[in-house]
Amino acid sequence: MIEIIGVITGALIIVFGILAVESKKLINSVVYLSLLSLLSVLSFIIMKAPDVAITEAVIGSGLVTFLFIITLMQDKKAGDKK
Amino acid sequence: MSQYLYIALMFVGIYGLLSQKNILKMIISLNIMELGLNLFIISTGYIKEAKAPIILFGNEGNYVDPLPQAIVLTAIVIGLGVTAVALMLARNIYKTYGTYEIDEIRGENDD
Amino acid sequence: MKKIIAILLTVAVALFVFTNLYSGDSDFKAFGEKSLEETVSKEFVNKTVDPQRVQPETGSANIVTSIVVNYRGFDTMGEVTVLFVSALGVALLGGVLRKKVTFRYKPGFIINQGMKIIVGIILISGIYIFVHGHLTPGGGFPGGAMIGSAFLLMYLSDDKFRTRIAAFKVLEGLAGSLIMIVGLVGLSTGGYFLYNFLPNGEIGQLLSAGIVPVLYVLVGLKVGSEVSNILGDFFIGEVEE
Repeated sequence: MIEIIGVITGALIIVFGILAVESKKLINSVVYLSLLSLLSVLSFIIMKAPDVAITEAVIGSGLVTFLFIITLMQDKKAGDKK
Repeated sequence: MSQYLYIALMFVGIYGLLSQKNILKMIISLNIMELGLNLFIISTGYIKEAKAPIILFGNEGNYVDPLPQAIVLTAIVIGLGVTAVALMLARNIYKTYGTYEIDEIRGENDD
Repeated sequence: MKKIIAILLTVAVALFVFTNLYSGDSDFKAFGEKSLEETVSKEFVNKTVDPQRVQPETGSANIVTSIVVNYRGFDTMGEVTVLFVSALGVALLGGVLRKKVTFRYKPGFIINQGMKIIVGIILISGIYIFVHGHLTPGGGFPGGAMIGSAFLLMYLSDDKFRTRIAAFKVLEGLAGSLIMIVGLVGLSTGGYFLYNFLPNGEIGQLLSAGIVPVLYVLVGLKVGSEVSNILGDFFIGEVEE
């Protein structure tokens, strides 16, 4: 059962990865990247790695997202660029 | 099965690095690649029916491999440093050229 | 056209990796089939767990922590240095940008007052995580990042809050020097750098595991001040209005 959840989570991670690379708006890419990190936290917990899961939850899906968003805020039209 | 998905995620990142022309998209692809690699390294240490490597009372032996976890723990933090420096460079590029697109920075317009 | 070449190249390399990853002479075991008996980690686990050992090498309940801080302590020190170099690079590159970022929406009264309650909770949970790094999952790196996110909330909710705080630089240098001093004390008493010179105590107690909690608190403080510095530097810059 837990392996099936792991496979479903992995498949969702790949879907969001392709969306993050291919989406037109930069802000959507950043949000997909954050979602990707959040799903990978679930994968880390399924693979019995709680230390890595906590670190990824704080750094990967919190701080990195903030760094990207404040970089985007510099550019007023960033949301519309390809 | 799962570990093939994680390697595929790494190749999604490599594809993004090869095909995208926006600097921020390239940094996002770098992050995706790093995440896929981290997931794969953790999956090499996974053992079925084993427990997380924390000693609790009455729970001795039968742990998953703790060494890949220790290595990935450091890799994630270094990833934050790399992303921060790369984004600061991107901000400086934007300040100089007014754009994030590599083609416009070079002054070329062929696809 | 470039995209098709990229797809073809990626798929070709991916097929090569997929077919050879678990073939005959590969060192990788199938997912979940690995045995701890034939890895180097067996030594780490047995040295920590084995009940017959009167004096375990590390009394840390979390085996990952005992590897990160004790067996690979020199590696962790180098990693903290890498983070310091990264903070230095961000500060140098951001020195070109002068003005502080101004937001279109000013933080209101509720955010301003609510911040004062929430920041304390986030700071205390960050400190809890790195003090209990040898007992529970977590440790210096996520705890320090959590302290950094508490300061991020302060920067965001109060636009008069100064970003480049000098105390962080002092704290960072102090924590880094103390890590070196702990390592040198180990060198003089035990014969090698970062030697575990404190008593190990009983597994599961807060004051156990020798120098592991000391080092992880120092790593947590150093990572926290470095992450706060990096985040503060990102607030310097201009918005085109």
